[in-house]
Parts: sequence; structure tokens; C-alpha cells
Amino acid sequence: MCLAIPGKLVELIAGSPNLGTVEVVGVRRKVDLGLLQDDLPKPGDWVLIHVGFAMSKISEEDALDQMRTLSMLGEIEQAAQEVRGYGLEDPGGHEKPN
Amino acid sequence: MRFVDEFRDPEIIAKTSEEVRRLADPKRHYRLMEVCGGHTHAIYRFGIKDVLPSNIELIHGPGCPVCVLPMGRIDDGLSIAKNENVVFAAFGDMMRVPGTTGSPLEHKARGGDIRIVYSPSDALKLARTNPDKHIMFFAIGFETTAPSTALTLMRAKAEGIRNFSVFCNHVTIIPAIRAILDSPDMRLDAFIGPGHVSTVIGCRPYEWIAINEHKPIVVSGFEPLDMLQSIVMILRQLRDGQSKVENQYKRVVPWEGNRAALRAMAEVFQLRPYFEWRGLGFISQSALRIRDEYAQWDAEQLFQVPGVRVTDPRAAQCGEVLKGVLKPAQCKLFGRECTPEHPIGALMVSSEGSCAAYHSYEHRKEQLTSIQTVA
Repeated sequence: MCLAIPGKLVELIAGSPNLGTVEVVGVRRKVDLGLLQDDLPKPGDWVLIHVGFAMSKISEEDALDQMRTLSMLGEIEQAAQEVRGYGLEDPGGHEKPN
Repeated sequence: MRFVDEFRDPEIIAKTSEEVRRLADPKRHYRLMEVCGGHTHAIYRFGIKDVLPSNIELIHGPGCPVCVLPMGRIDDGLSIAKNENVVFAAFGDMMRVPGTTGSPLEHKARGGDIRIVYSPSDALKLARTNPDKHIMFFAIGFETTAPSTALTLMRAKAEGIRNFSVFCNHVTIIPAIRAILDSPDMRLDAFIGPGHVSTVIGCRPYEWIAINEHKPIVVSGFEPLDMLQSIVMILRQLRDGQSKVENQYKRVVPWEGNRAALRAMAEVFQLRPYFEWRGLGFISQSALRIRDEYAQWDAEQLFQVPGVRVTDPRAAQCGEVLKGVLKPAQCKLFGRECTPEHPIGALMVSSEGSCAAYHSYEHRKEQLTSIQTVA
């Protein structure tokens, strides 16, 4: 429940100001950036993701720290499973925004 | 030495452990509560207790959202799922939590349309792609998760999606801490503050704990070094007779929290007058309901629910464990009738529940090497 997963913003989705594609442990998925609307991240920025929403911007160093925390907690696979699960029947994560 | 290689800076861990031992007054007994279930999991996973002197006791707090949800709410949600064409969508954590008539997973096996989603926005997506069905998202979680549900409801309203609703069980951490401090059988010296809840609410909401209750609280990260450093910060405050809010987890938690997330919550939710917590009973203003402006998406307004208060299975002592009065293994059912494979109480379901964490790590401790070897 409490998982916060670090991911790198790869691109903003054109036409959907609140969606971005992030990469997490090699998996690319769309996440909602609406909770960061006061200070939207740019491609290349790192964010912490919780239940499909980016919650905070963090530095790359802190993102790698956080990844190691998940690894130490034995939750990397759970995190990858969660991220793979975003988007349901949308395995590529690249369908046109609704 | 199983975990040793994974640790950052084992020497610093050893030094920090030594500092904990140096600061702990042997004439005192310290009772520190870790509020967050993620910390409970980490404490067992890393064997943190083993490097602490025996007069520092860690008490597991109420910060596991699955664990504190009373069974009656699960029954209510599952009763909505019995309506024709209703899909019950929830996070995977919820699927094995027992209700009176079985868990969501067991309802699925009996033919209920129960689906796991990893994000509330995916539940909304199910509504978009299944216009002939009504998707009810069974929302749980503290302030970490509530903003995501709020934004999802704002999107549903903006898009005019009418076949989507939320059964809202979001709770707030501060009233639970207050209830614990008010509990006559609970004596605590300090709190290890929740990490990810604080990314949303920031550190200010804890100030009353320091100012009015004179208890230190240190918002902490989840690694062994984070937690040991937080304990050092707490012990220093106690030694100096101070009580302050401190932020050990600065790399993730901003002091002011996330204002956009707080705005979204304020737009969609308002406080319920009271809400029942498993183990803690009814706590005033401790949970969120959906505002009337969003009533068309509020499952509690759209559907009739039994609303029956259900007591826990008689032999299970989840309440006492949740309050920290009993340790997991002191429950009569622990490891016998109640195991992670066949959970009777919710504390045995979630990996953040103290019983599941205790069972997974402490119970088979002989197989693990604790960090004591490093420290």
C-alpha cells in the first residue's frame, strides 16, 4: 500500500497535460502528473509514483536511493508488477490518450 | 550475512547502532511507536529490533490501511458488487481481506465481477471501456492514496462519466494518533512518523504532538539506516527533555507537503463526523467522505448497503495487536488458525500488517542473519 516507486519521466503526452510516460525498472507506463501541477516535471526528471500518480519530484540520486530501498525491502518485483499493471489491457502503455 | 551486502555503508550503520546504545539510558524503558505499516514491515525485514538495546521497545501503529478497515465496510462494498452489472474494483491488497461472507477473491470465485486495479485511474478507464457496466472503486488508504482517488473523481466529473463510483474508506492519520495518545492503556515516549503520508501532508500537522503532548516525532525513511538515525534523533530529544517534529526523510518529504494533492483532497472530500477503525473503535473526524458536489459518483449515495457493524472473529485479538497492547505472537490464533496463507484477521493479510510481517521474518528468524552481525 505504501509503495512509492521512483520513475524517470520519458515524455509528456501531447494533448494530455496531466499525463506522462515514465520508465520504471525498464517498464514504460503512463502515469498521472496531476498532483504535481504546481511544478510539473520535465522529461528527464525523476518522480515518486504511488498508485499510478506521480506524488513528488526527487533528484536522480534520491531516486536511486529509493530504488535500493525497494530492493532491500524485497519489493522490486512487487513494484514492477504494479507498474506493469498500470493501464490494464494496455500492455504497451502507448495508446492514444482518452 | 544475508542482507549485509545490500546495506549502504555498514560502518555507518554500526556507528549509528552504537550511538543508539550510547544514548539509551539503561534506567529508562523507551516505548516508540512506528505509525506506518511500511515501517513495521521494514523493522521485521531488517531485524531492526535486534540491534536495539532491550529497553527500547517498538510498538506497531495503526498505519496499515487494510488492517484498520472494519469488516462491516468490506461487507458493504461486496454487497454493492452483488447488484447487476456492477464491477468491484480494488487494489490487490484488498483481495484476500476476509469479510463476513468471504474475501473479495472468494466472491470472485463464486461469480462476482471483482477486478484488481493498480490505480484508481485504471478503475475509471474500466468505466470508459465498459459503458454497459458500473465500475465501483473500493478506495482505501491514508493521505498517501486519497489525493489520487480525488483526482480520479475530478476527472470522472469533468468527463461526465456516469457509470463510475467510489466507495470511500479513506482515513486520516492524525486522529488515529490522537486516539492512541488518548487511550488509557497506551503509554508512549515518541513516534517514528510515517514517510509517504508526509509527502502529502508535510510535517506541520504533527506539531501538536510535540507541543501539546510533549512527545518527539521524527518522520523517517524506510531503510535500516533511516530508522536507526530516526531513533537516534528521538533519543537525543528525550535525553535533552525536548519534543520537536523532525524530518529524517528530507530526500522525499517536503516540510510543507504537496499543496496540489491537498487541494484535490479538499475539493472532493470532507471529514466524516466519525468512522470506525478496527481495534481503535469509533474515532471522530478520522475519515473522508465524498462531498455532495460529487454525490453522483459516491457509491454510498448510489447504492443501499447493509451498514452493519461486524465484530471480529471472537478468538482473534486483532484489536489488541493493532493498539500495541499485545504482540502478534501473543494472539491465540497466531501461526495456528491464522497464517498468511489462511488469514483470519486483516493484520495477517497485508505485508504491512504486523502479524504478517512478524510471521514472515521474526517467526523464521533462525534462517535469517540480522544486522547485528554488522553492528
